[in-house]
Amino acid sequence: MTAVIKLVNVHKTYHTGEVEVQAVRGVSMEIFPGEFVAIMGASGSGKSTMMNIIGCLDRPTEGAYFLDGVDVSHLDRDELAAIRNKKLGFVFQGFNLLSRTSALENVELPMLYTQDHLSAAVQREHAIHALEIVGLADRADHHPNQLSGGQQQRVAIARALVNKPSVLLADEPTGNLDTHTSAEVMGVFQKLNDAGITIVMVTHELDIAAFTKRNVIMRDGLMVNDTLVERRSIAEEVLRNLRQAQQAVKLSV
Amino acid sequence: MRIAATLRMALRALRRNKLRSALTALGIIIGVGAVIAMVGIGNGAKSQVEAQIASLGQNVILVFAGNWSSSGARSGWGSAGTMMVDDALAIAREVPGVISVSPEVRDHQQILAEGMNWYTTILGEGPDYLDIRQWPLQVGAMFTDQDVRGTTKVCIIGKTIVEQIFPNDDPVGRVLRIRNIPFKVLGVLAPKGLSVMGTDQDDVVIIPYTSEMKRVSRRTNLSSINVECASQDFSDIVQRGISDLLRQRHRLGTGRDDDFTIRGQQEIADTFTATSRVMTVLLGAIVSVSLIVGGIGIMNIMLVSVTERTREIGIRMAVGAHGRDILLQFLIEAITLSSLGGVIGIAMGIGSAKLLSAIAGWPTLVSATSVALAFLFSAAVGVFFGFYPARKASNLDPIDALRYE
Repeated sequence: MTAVIKLVNVHKTYHTGEVEVQAVRGVSMEIFPGEFVAIMGASGSGKSTMMNIIGCLDRPTEGAYFLDGVDVSHLDRDELAAIRNKKLGFVFQGFNLLSRTSALENVELPMLYTQDHLSAAVQREHAIHALEIVGLADRADHHPNQLSGGQQQRVAIARALVNKPSVLLADEPTGNLDTHTSAEVMGVFQKLNDAGITIVMVTHELDIAAFTKRNVIMRDGLMVNDTLVERRSIAEEVLRNLRQAQQAVKLSV
Repeated sequence: MRIAATLRMALRALRRNKLRSALTALGIIIGVGAVIAMVGIGNGAKSQVEAQIASLGQNVILVFAGNWSSSGARSGWGSAGTMMVDDALAIAREVPGVISVSPEVRDHQQILAEGMNWYTTILGEGPDYLDIRQWPLQVGAMFTDQDVRGTTKVCIIGKTIVEQIFPNDDPVGRVLRIRNIPFKVLGVLAPKGLSVMGTDQDDVVIIPYTSEMKRVSRRTNLSSINVECASQDFSDIVQRGISDLLRQRHRLGTGRDDDFTIRGQQEIADTFTATSRVMTVLLGAIVSVSLIVGGIGIMNIMLVSVTERTREIGIRMAVGAHGRDILLQFLIEAITLSSLGGVIGIAMGIGSAKLLSAIAGWPTLVSATSVALAFLFSAAVGVFFGFYPARKASNLDPIDALRYE
């Protein structure tokens, strides 16, 4: 099986004025189809830079990056944009939905920029299907400010899924959510992963990383640990336990 | 990305900030509105002047008697006294391309009839005068060659004379007195209104030039000669022919100035078009200034908009928007803003032009060309002033844009 993501000795150096910052200093890694990987690390560890490179938002200064077997480390801005549109789906910490725009239109956004133009009816159909996957088809007409944080993040996930990407990338997807909602969102990811979608996620929370299948730890721009998760959290169980605990203290019924 | 979707996006973005969009467009609205209204007024005035110039008659050439000077003292036009009836007849006879000629003697006299009196212009003319000037009679008939030969005491009168002397009854067949000589009214001229110079053309009594010269003013020379030439194309040749003939007849050797002045209708028209051309240039300058100011307003607000929506730009880029998609989005937004301003400005310009003609009675004429030009110009302002902000947006780095607070 060929790797969806293959990094070969990737470096990233930023030049800020006189100072050179080596954010990533030689990372090699392979991620295969169907994997669910969490990249972890403290702030400044280089995990965000890694994510930007994997997400084709940035290019490595050294080394090679193969996405679906294609070297994307030397593509120009427009070519990277096309790759992002076709092969990658993004979920951000701050949801990053367009305000005053309905959930449906937010989900339709990536299809606005595809090479092969779809008709408005087909776009709508795809967007509704994506919303159905995350369980929000009934909220299609709602604007982000009418949705809870968890619901907004699920709309963002639907948007990431709508162009059927090879990899789903999530940058601290639960960073702005409470424990309960985080577990719900992780449940959505687990369901998607069970359906065969490859997911790469950046997080600094251990209990969130426990929902994934493989944890990669970064420190000072280097990969220091790469382990499979042994005692994996299952979202449904976590949610059930949370509910029981809440009922015990009469926080909910 | 499709234009229709982009246009929808632009309209939504503009609707989101209604007041801001309206205020930004106001610069263009005022600029375009001013253009349409001013050009409408200018065109109206121009068409009025053109109508007045046409009222001179078609293909008319006027030959004025020149000035006279004696030992350094120079008197005004017509004083030379060298223009004779024979000159007029010679022009009719000898200059090719001349259709008809009317010798003119111009005088001012007190006229009276039936207890009323009035100071007016007396024109001594030939029988072809009304044909040359294309001036129809309202009632009655023009005097004839026979009247000219017989120095008959007949006249035709303008509308103003009817109002001043014969306010209540039909003037045809009545008698009015010029220097106490009775003239029988043969006909009344159709009203012609004001001349190019603003004088009342209907305030006139026309009598045979022979009668004027022998009975009224007792002079022997003409004030001017009205000449009609076959077509506008011959005008220059005919003018040269008249000039050569008159110089020969007046025995003016080389080096001596003409004792007459020839004016073609075209020259008279040119004087007035030159005035309106100056007006047009001035208007153009004002308009370009106001459109530039409006354009700067658009540019300013688009720059603010790009900054405000940096995050949105980041999101769009992250999900695959190319730089040119973002460029197009903001450019179309700017063009929409300026074109909408243009359309509203055109409507307001037409409205105020109509209002002006209704209230002030100025004639206005809004041409389709000026409307189309104003619209194109306002759209061009959008392109020109929207490009820099749009370009700035399209050059944003997606990572920085996403991180922008």
